[in-house]
Amino acid sequence: MDSKDMNNRMKMGPELKIGLEIHCQLTNLQTKLFCDCLSNYRNSPPNENTCPICLGLPGTLPLLNKRAVEFASMICMAFNCSIPEKISFYRKNYFYPDLPKNYQTTQYNSYELSSIGYEGFIEFVGESKSKPDASWERSERNNIRITRVQLEEDPGKITYDEDKSAANNYSLIDYNRAGVSLVEIVTEPDFSSPIAVRTFLNEIVNLFEYLGVTDPSLEGSVRCDVNVSIGGGKKVEIKNISSFKEVEKSIYYETTRQKTLIMHDIDVRPETRHWDEKRKVTVAARSKEEEEEYRYFPEPDIPKIILGNKFVSRVRTSMPELPLERLKRYIEVCKITEHTAKILVNDKRISDFFEESLSCYNSPIEISNWIVNELLTKINEKDRQGLTNHNVRGLDILSVSPSQVAEIAKLVEVKSLNRTIAREIFDKSLDSGTSPLKIIDNLEIEKISDEGPIIKIIQDILKSQPQLIEQSRSNPNVINYVLGLIMKETKGRVNPQIALNLIKESLEDN
Amino acid sequence: MKSLHELPACVVSRKIKEQEITAEEYISTIIERIRQVDHKINSFISNNFESALSKSRTIDKKIKEGLNTGLLAGIPVGIKDNISVQGLKNTCASRMLSEYIPPYNATVVSKIEAQDGIVIGKLNMDEFGMGTTSEYSAFGPVRNPWNLGYVAGGSSGGSAASVASLQIPLSLGSDTGGSIRCPSSFCSVIGIKPTYGSVSRNGLISYSNSLEQIGPIARTIYDLVTLLNVISGVDPKDNTTLPKNYEYKTDHVDHILKKKYKIGVLNDLIDDSETEVAENTRKKVKQLKDRGCEMEDTRIPLSNYALASYYVIATAEASSNLSRFDNLRYGYQGSPEGYEWNSYFSESRSKFGDEVKLRILLGSYVLSAGYFGKYYAKAQKLRSMIKREFDILFNKYDILLLPTMPVLPFRLGEKTLQPIENYNLDVYTILANLAGIPAISIPGGLSKEGFPIGVQLIANAFGEQKLIDVAVLLENIEGFETWIPKI
Repeated sequence: MDSKDMNNRMKMGPELKIGLEIHCQLTNLQTKLFCDCLSNYRNSPPNENTCPICLGLPGTLPLLNKRAVEFASMICMAFNCSIPEKISFYRKNYFYPDLPKNYQTTQYNSYELSSIGYEGFIEFVGESKSKPDASWERSERNNIRITRVQLEEDPGKITYDEDKSAANNYSLIDYNRAGVSLVEIVTEPDFSSPIAVRTFLNEIVNLFEYLGVTDPSLEGSVRCDVNVSIGGGKKVEIKNISSFKEVEKSIYYETTRQKTLIMHDIDVRPETRHWDEKRKVTVAARSKEEEEEYRYFPEPDIPKIILGNKFVSRVRTSMPELPLERLKRYIEVCKITEHTAKILVNDKRISDFFEESLSCYNSPIEISNWIVNELLTKINEKDRQGLTNHNVRGLDILSVSPSQVAEIAKLVEVKSLNRTIAREIFDKSLDSGTSPLKIIDNLEIEKISDEGPIIKIIQDILKSQPQLIEQSRSNPNVINYVLGLIMKETKGRVNPQIALNLIKESLEDN
Repeated sequence: MKSLHELPACVVSRKIKEQEITAEEYISTIIERIRQVDHKINSFISNNFESALSKSRTIDKKIKEGLNTGLLAGIPVGIKDNISVQGLKNTCASRMLSEYIPPYNATVVSKIEAQDGIVIGKLNMDEFGMGTTSEYSAFGPVRNPWNLGYVAGGSSGGSAASVASLQIPLSLGSDTGGSIRCPSSFCSVIGIKPTYGSVSRNGLISYSNSLEQIGPIARTIYDLVTLLNVISGVDPKDNTTLPKNYEYKTDHVDHILKKKYKIGVLNDLIDDSETEVAENTRKKVKQLKDRGCEMEDTRIPLSNYALASYYVIATAEASSNLSRFDNLRYGYQGSPEGYEWNSYFSESRSKFGDEVKLRILLGSYVLSAGYFGKYYAKAQKLRSMIKREFDILFNKYDILLLPTMPVLPFRLGEKTLQPIENYNLDVYTILANLAGIPAISIPGGLSKEGFPIGVQLIANAFGEQKLIDVAVLLENIEGFETWIPKI
C-alpha cells in the first residue's frame, strides 16, 4: 500500500477488527473435568480441593466427566455450532508451574476435527435502548461468527506478592482450580467497536446463565482475551484482562496505540500484550514469532468420544428456553411490548424474577411494568453507586421477592389502589422487605371495595340518623351526605362508586 | 523334597489353605531366599518385608477362623517399580523419583491385595521402562540368573530375574515394546503382554500410554493364568479398558489338542535371528506339528517399518508423559526455594538418565509443529496399516509363532553404547504393542552355552485363551518349569 492509499484509509478511519477468545468455567458441574474433586474450588483452603488425578501424580489417568461434554455441547447449540460425530482431546505441552502435568488437556483442530463445536454464529436479542448505537450496526449485531468451541481443563493459580513477577522472591501455587472444566469460545474478528464487544459479552454471559452451565457472578468464571488489528494489519493479542469493563478499556487503548504507530509509519508487530489494569495500558509480553512450541498430539488416555445424532437430539431436548425463544413468548403470548420484553430477557435473573412473579399473579403487563419501571430504576441507581461487582448486574443487592411485585400489581389492578400511593408502598416494601399487603394493613390505606363492610357502615349511619331515610325521598343530596359520612368514617378508603350504589340500595330498601 | 521357595504358587497356596503350612512360614522362607540371592541379581529396588509378614499373619488368622481367602492367599508378588503401591517408594529406577511415595494403589495392586496376595517388594527396571537390558537403572543393572555377567533383558528385568532365580513365584511387569517378554525370554520364565485395554493402567507410571500394558510373569503357565485372571478387567479408573469376559482357564492337553489350532509361522523373522535362536524356534514348530497343530509359513510384510513407527510414537508420548517431573510437587530431595522456576525446571530435569533424555529429545522433535505430519502422523498411519495386516492374518490363523528375541542374552555393557542396535532388538516384540494384541513369551530351551531362548506366540485382540492353551501344550511337552538356573 503506498502512502496515498494509506492516507485515504486513515481519513475514512482504518478498519478496526476485533476477535474474542472467551473462557467460561462450567461452574454448575458438580465435579472437575477429569476427576471427582469439586468444581466449586472457591471456598477451599489452598491445595485442599485436589486429588492424585488433578495433581497429575504419576500413574493417574484422566476420567472424562460426561456431563461436561453435555454442558459444552449445549453451549455449542446455543452458538449454532456444528457438533462433530466424534470428538477427541489433545495435549498442549508447555512448562508452567500452574500446570500439574506440564501439559494442558484440551482440543485442537489442526490435524483433525477434534473440538466439540465448530463454525457457528450467534444471533442477538439486541440492546434494549430504543436508539441503537450508530457503530453497532444491525447486521454486525446479528451475526458474529464462531470459529470453534472447545472443552479443556483450567490450570491452577499462581499468586505473587508483587505485581511484577521479577520483583518476587517467591510465588505460591494453588491447584484447587486445576482441572475445572473450561469451555473456550473463539470468534472470528467480526467486531468493529469496543462497545459492540461489551454488548456481546453481556449477552453471552446472560446466555450462559440461561443454559445453566455457569454462575457468572463468581469471580473468574467468565474471562476474555481480545485480539485487535487495524486496517488489515498484524493481529495483536491482549491477555490478562480481569473484567468486561476492562475489556472495553483495553481495546480503546490498543486501538489508539496501533493508530499512533501507523501514523508514525511504524509497523504493528504481531505479538501478545498484557493488560496492565493499574496503569490502563497494554504491555508487550512476547512476540508471536518466538511463540512457544506446544507439541500438540492426541491424548492417548482418553479414547475418542463418539457422540452421534442421538446425543445431539437428546441434549437439545434437555436444553432450557433460550433468550430469543423467551423474547418471542413474551411478545406473542404475554403481549408485552418488544422494548419491555427485551429488557426482561436480557438479564436472566430479572426474567426469572418476572416469571416467578407471574406464578403468584398472572398479569404480565402490569408486573413487567413494575419490574422495568420501578425495580430496575432502583437497581441502576445502586449500580451507578458502584455497589455491584463482577460481570453481572445485581438483583441480589435489593432484598425483594417476586411475590412483593405480584402483590403490588394485584393491589393496583384488582383493588384499584391509587398508583401514586402504590409507588410509595412499593418503595417502603423494598426498603423494609415487608410485603405490600402488610404495609397496607398497617397504614390502613387499602381501598375498601368489599360490599360487606360498606353496607355495615351505611346501616350504622341510618340507625343513628333514621330521619335520613325519610329525607332522601325528597332530597337527592342525602346520598352525597351519607357518602361524606362514610368517607369520614373510613378515612377515604372506600371505593366511592361502590359506596354510592350501596347507599342508594340501602335507602330504597328501607 | 523341594524347598518351599521352589514350588509353584498354586501348589503353595493350596498348602496354606489346607493348613499344611502357614503363610507366615512361606513368606519368611521367601524373605530369607531374597536376602541370600538378590545381592547377586539386583532385582529388587526396595522391599516390603515387614508389612508382608504382618499381612501373612492376618491371612493365617483368616484361614484358622475358617473365613474365605482369595485366589492368591499368602502368595508374594513382586511389583515392577513403575506400578504404584501406596506407601512404598515408586522410583521408576530414576534419580528423578528417588523419594516419591504414591498416596494410592494401582488398580492391579488393589486387585492382588483383594485376593490376599502379598506385595513383597518393588522390582528393578530400566529407568521409566526405557531400555531392553535393565542396565539403564539408577540402582545398577539387573543381572541374568543364568550368568551374572549377562543382561537379564528389559525393561522388566527385575520382574523376570527375581522369578527365574526362585526368589518369588510371581511378579508384575509392564510391556511397552517387549518389556515383559524380552526379560522373560532371557531369563527363561513365562511372561504375557495382555490385549490393550484388558488390564487397567491406573497407577502405572506412563512411558507410552497407547502401547503399554501391565502383565504377569511366572515360572509355570498355571501360576501365570491365576495372576492374569486377578488383574484383568474393566476399570472405571482407566477409560481405555474394555468390558469383556476375562476368565481364562488352563485346560487339559487332550481338550486343547481337539481345538486343532492353526498356527502361522513367521519364517522370515526366524531366519533373521541368531542361529541357535532360529534352530530352537524350528524345534518348537516341529513339536507343535507333531502334536497335531496345523503349522503354516506366513509373513507380515510391513514388519520392516514397525520399528520406526514404534519409536516415533513411543518417544512422542514419553516426551509429554515425562514433562510432569519437575520436582515441584514430588520427586527427590530438593526444594525449588530460591530458584527462578525456569532454571529450577532445567536443574531438576537434569536428574534424568541419558537414555531418558535421548528419548524425550526424540519425542519432542517428532511432535514439533513442522514435523508432526512427517513423523508422528506417518507413524500412526503405519500403525493402523500393521493392525490391518494382523487382522488379515488372524482371519486365517489362530496364532502366530516367532522368536521373542532375535538374539541370545549378551554381556552387560556390550550394547549400551549403540542405541540403534539396542532398539533393533525390539523388532519382534513391538508388533504386538503396535497392534494392541496379546503376546506371550514361553521358555523354548537353552543354547549350547546354557542361555535361555524364548518362543513368542501372538493372538488377535482378547485371544489370550489361545495363547494360554498353546503354552500349556509347550509346558507339557518340555516341562520347562524344571529348568532352573544355578546361583
